[in-house]
Amino acid sequence: MGIPNKPAGELKAVRDPEVVEKEVDILIVGGGMAACGTAFEVKKWMADGQTVLLVDKAAMERSGAVAQGLSAINTYIGENAPEDYVRMVRNDLMGIVREDLIFDLGCHVDDSVYLFEEWGLPIWKQSEEGKNLDGKKGQKMGTLKGGAKPVRTGKWQIMINGESYKRIVAEAAKKAIGDENILERVFIVELLLDKNRPNQIAGAVGFSVRENKVYIIKCKTMMVACGGAVNIYQPRSVGEGKGRAWYPVWNSGSTYTLCMKVGAELSMMENRFTPARFKDGYGPVGAWFLLFKAKALNGLGENFAASDAAKKELEFYAPYGTAAITPTCLRNHLMLFEMKAGRGPIIMDTVTALATLGKTMDKKELKHLESEAWEDFLDMTCGQANLWCAQDCEPEKKNSEIMPTEPYLLGSHSGCCGLWVSGPDFDWVPESFKIKADNGKVYNRMTTVNGLFTAGDGVGCSGHKFSSGSHAEGRMVAKQMVRFAKDHADYKPEIAVSKEEAVSIVYKPVRTFLDNCEYTTAIDINPNYMKPEGMMYRLMKATHEYGAGTATYYQTTSKNLEIVMDLLQLMREDCEKLAAGDLHELMRAWEIYHRIWTVESHLRHIQFRKETRYPGFYYQADYPNQDDANWFAFVNSKYDPKAKTWDVFKREYVKIVP
Amino acid sequence: MPSYVITEKCDGCKGGDKTACMYICPNDLMVLDPNAMKAYNQEPDQCWECFSCVKICPTQAIEVRGYADFVPLGSSIYPMMGTEDIMWTCKFRNGMVKRFKFPIRTTPEGDANAYAALKGKDLESQLLSTEEADGFKMPVPKTV
Repeated sequence: MGIPNKPAGELKAVRDPEVVEKEVDILIVGGGMAACGTAFEVKKWMADGQTVLLVDKAAMERSGAVAQGLSAINTYIGENAPEDYVRMVRNDLMGIVREDLIFDLGCHVDDSVYLFEEWGLPIWKQSEEGKNLDGKKGQKMGTLKGGAKPVRTGKWQIMINGESYKRIVAEAAKKAIGDENILERVFIVELLLDKNRPNQIAGAVGFSVRENKVYIIKCKTMMVACGGAVNIYQPRSVGEGKGRAWYPVWNSGSTYTLCMKVGAELSMMENRFTPARFKDGYGPVGAWFLLFKAKALNGLGENFAASDAAKKELEFYAPYGTAAITPTCLRNHLMLFEMKAGRGPIIMDTVTALATLGKTMDKKELKHLESEAWEDFLDMTCGQANLWCAQDCEPEKKNSEIMPTEPYLLGSHSGCCGLWVSGPDFDWVPESFKIKADNGKVYNRMTTVNGLFTAGDGVGCSGHKFSSGSHAEGRMVAKQMVRFAKDHADYKPEIAVSKEEAVSIVYKPVRTFLDNCEYTTAIDINPNYMKPEGMMYRLMKATHEYGAGTATYYQTTSKNLEIVMDLLQLMREDCEKLAAGDLHELMRAWEIYHRIWTVESHLRHIQFRKETRYPGFYYQADYPNQDDANWFAFVNSKYDPKAKTWDVFKREYVKIVP
Repeated sequence: MPSYVITEKCDGCKGGDKTACMYICPNDLMVLDPNAMKAYNQEPDQCWECFSCVKICPTQAIEVRGYADFVPLGSSIYPMMGTEDIMWTCKFRNGMVKRFKFPIRTTPEGDANAYAALKGKDLESQLLSTEEADGFKMPVPKTV
């Protein structure tokens, strides 16, 4: 790491950092869309005397999955019924979802979209003649809240000019919560349970990536919303290009690891997402399929998804495969089928799509169409636009290849892994979906640990929230945390960890480095420690080869899973010898540690679920089919922090919406 | 790629109270070499090409060179941020140039309504503060 002619790591780590202790009622860990929602909402419910703190690993203005911008809001209910939203998510995720959480989210999400528009996010509108107006011109049509019509690409998606989406949302969040209640560039690395009360969250430890400071923060209640997990499998690009992950490269599984390590129950961690995107640049394909009506062709130029063979294959996965919208995993499945049969590569036919649309357009409209196509990339995947420029690719003249990516873990996009959380306390919500806190009350989105909440990518069994849904969910959690803190006004969090113990945990990689670094002449190669970069490659190689990575077309077997579990055990042991010489490297050390735990939960779940529920995302070759009779259930797991053992088990699925 | 810093243009933000690129990078990649007073990307293979540093740099000292492992040389894309719009200049390898202008926000920066005075009333309901203020009623699903 570091460029050869410059010293790596400008901010050297020291053996004995300063310790900063804080205590608040409500702690928000994360700064992305969900956490910005919480920050916006929380003070509207807090009573005088209640306190709050938000801690972000980066700067809220450009942190999280929306840092770069977005060209669409993928969840806006609008004229649709929340029940239909449940049906869409359920079908896309092959039947096994938490319908209470999805319905509940569907009731609130539009309120966040209204706020985004009020704050200044440009949202495309339809003119009276049914033409598309961009977010600026469309203002004359009024607001969504006032009944103006958005430009729908699919039933649920609306187009925006979203380059500054995150900046706008963060601005409102920061103003609402107050700068004095925000700590940026502080990375929370471990959560702490209460010393006396069993299964009660009491605080967290972390460090500044800018100064040698360790933070110990006590709280009555906490939300952890740090996104999903990226760079856990060997990416298709292994050089510089591994930074061009589809999901944000800084999402290190912290949400799952932080919570599982204090005993919070996980759900559906076997689920993953391997999006099919423009090859290498990972530019979005949604607008191409939905807005421009482009078709994907196989190497023979055939529209393979419309073939009889594809229809037959989809029928095998009825009712999901035969629904109006083919589930994301099955679309991948059809693509992989072509590639494995030697009929690759898969090509997005941009030329025909634009020519067809152009037939009914004048010159000015065509120019606008071209601009829309480029904006789709420039708003959210700038690197793909540069790749087209470098390849001299004009989409009206030259087609582009698409390809399924390496696996990602997330709970807010077309995936649903995460924490098992409580649904809202309504009569229509099954009792088995309500988690009772120590006082017998139900707090919406609370995990199985008292006072510990999550949102966005953290909530399992409820995908397709995207940016808007994550924001709305963060707001829902804000209210529940205030309520929890009020109901626990007498609770005084106590932690078992002393100041020196906190430093020895958080700065362990620094001390390991300082104790051993002089032994060899090359700082990265030392038998007494392992640098995080090396550990990252080790994780990626193991998952790639054994854990259903791209190396095997996403296929694994029981025997392969046994092997990778052994490798993970060794990685966990060697993580005790992670070494970091500077603060950036210390961040990397904790990130890889979080990734390894998250991957272990993913593979334990795959190992437990003896069927292939998501063909196209992964295949368990010993159990290649869906097995509804035995596996139409949630797979949950729980790590016992005291006994240091895992328990993986089924939980019953309950259908709510017909 | 990786973002890169043009030596001549970078002044280490010495006129400002913080180094802009270092402040904004979501992945903590941009750092300041305090002796040279120049910024650089310390871990190019972890760069998402999100252009946050490019967009924020007050001296336009930061650009992006495509990832070495799959992007041919010779192209560039460069944004100019305004208060309401962004203007992109996209240069192709063959020399062709395309320019695109898109809106980025419809309100002045700093004007986002934080609803600072809004206080929720019923902590036991499931309504968000603005929903409660609007008189929104929680829908009940038609169940099986």
